[in-house]
Amino acid sequence: MIQFQFERASAVKTAVNALANNANAKFIAGGTNLVDLMKRNVMSPTKLVDINAIPLKNIQQQNGKIIIGALALNSQVADDELIIEKHPLLAMALNAGASAQIRNMATVGGNMMQRTRCPYFYDTALPCNKRQPGSGCGALEGANRMHAIFGASKDCIAVHPSDMCVALVALDAVVVVAGPKGERRIPFEEFHRLPGNQPERDNTLQANELIISVEIPDNSFNKNTHYFKVRDRASYAFALVSVAAALNMDGKVIKEARLAMGGVAHKPWRLKDAEKSLVGKPATEETFRQAAEIAMHGAKAYKHNAFKLKLGPNVIVEALKNAAGLV
Amino acid sequence: MDKNRKADHSPKEDNHESRRDFLKTSSILTAIAVAPLTIAKAAEYNLGEKISAAFETTLVSMTVNGVKKQLAVEPRSTLLDVLREQLDLTGTKKGCDYGQCGACTVHVNGQRVLSCLSLAVMQEGKQVTTIEGIAKGDELHPMQQAFIKHDGFQCGYCTPGQIMSGIACINEGHAETKEDTREFMSGNICRCGAYPNIVKAIQEVKNGGQKS
Repeated sequence: MIQFQFERASAVKTAVNALANNANAKFIAGGTNLVDLMKRNVMSPTKLVDINAIPLKNIQQQNGKIIIGALALNSQVADDELIIEKHPLLAMALNAGASAQIRNMATVGGNMMQRTRCPYFYDTALPCNKRQPGSGCGALEGANRMHAIFGASKDCIAVHPSDMCVALVALDAVVVVAGPKGERRIPFEEFHRLPGNQPERDNTLQANELIISVEIPDNSFNKNTHYFKVRDRASYAFALVSVAAALNMDGKVIKEARLAMGGVAHKPWRLKDAEKSLVGKPATEETFRQAAEIAMHGAKAYKHNAFKLKLGPNVIVEALKNAAGLV
Repeated sequence: MDKNRKADHSPKEDNHESRRDFLKTSSILTAIAVAPLTIAKAAEYNLGEKISAAFETTLVSMTVNGVKKQLAVEPRSTLLDVLREQLDLTGTKKGCDYGQCGACTVHVNGQRVLSCLSLAVMQEGKQVTTIEGIAKGDELHPMQQAFIKHDGFQCGYCTPGQIMSGIACINEGHAETKEDTREFMSGNICRCGAYPNIVKAIQEVKNGGQKS
């Protein structure tokens, strides 16, 4: 790890200013991904601004939404009574990610900002357009078992590794960020981006901007939700495919549905067409199978990840069955 | 910052290698107000490296196993390295050093965290507890006792991390069932595969009513 300058910021404005005029400065909160990447020289910021003293840890109910401070810990959110009662899907997704120790360190904002775990991104001896634009994508013709089946480009087929974000995109969350010009709000679906020809950009956050909170509008999904994650071992592994499913049921009929997938794209992958197909239908395996088929439209596999084309719809069906209480 | 940069590039300094290196590498220097003259003078006496070391470290205060410590650390030093190298608390183990194995687990303010991914400079004012801090004198912590009783290890390398994690797992309320225990202990890898015995040890301590 290279030496760097270290500063502490205890207010949003101070933090934002501390990043001004320094493209190599980064915020650090939990550090669970950044410190790892710095040790491997994948990221080499010359200045770190510790934002942990900024009062952004609270989780509160306000005017039809729950506001989660960007510095709330992943474990804190997962164990929060308000979250468990109103958005159990988020608590489930959080507990499916990382380990208890990492969840005690990682923040909500940091979870969103984590980088892909694509091995070509992590190995500085190999080409990666995300790490070093123009060097090529090693995964495209290489070991791509873990990689994207939706929305990839010839420049990058990496996936976003978060579980939390899959639940948040399904729950219509909104990201509030602060920058030199004040605050702005970004729908969660537009926060992360597809790689296109700029895979070095994971998201739409601008330089100097700091995530300050995530808002989840009140909904009626708390009784029928499920986060189903399939991975190479029973726990503490990134998703091969994961699905966040949320249903609002009227008896056995689906009134509203939310569906999103993880482990399949450069961003948490919302499945709006499949959601629409569920509305007004009875909650049966057949309904879910049809929705899963719609969800998989446009999926494209690479040499080693064709299994995701079969696994994907099966995980969608299982998540929906669990959400509907059919299991 | 600009002042120092300028000094770095001024022609008459070209022969002063140590000073140039010092200025190049000591980025932390920019954060501290220092009269450039003092540094110039020090460089002439070849004190560059010593000063460099002094300016590249930051003072941090933390309580480790109940004892207050003030330490000079480099911002890039992890809590794990400071515990092991500066405080000689080698009970906390370095396994993968990348946050994947849990061998380095310690408690910070009562919460289990990975010391390999924690920067020491960020622990200002924190209470750190390591495996060395859980026994009461010669009396082992119940979790230590239970690991011995149930043979919760073979090589023992992951054990300090397992024990620190196990204690926290109970305190969090995540050891209610065997299944829960396994899930919430999944961040601690044991290559010897002592998992069934580790789970037994944690369950016994949990059922025995762990105090802290």
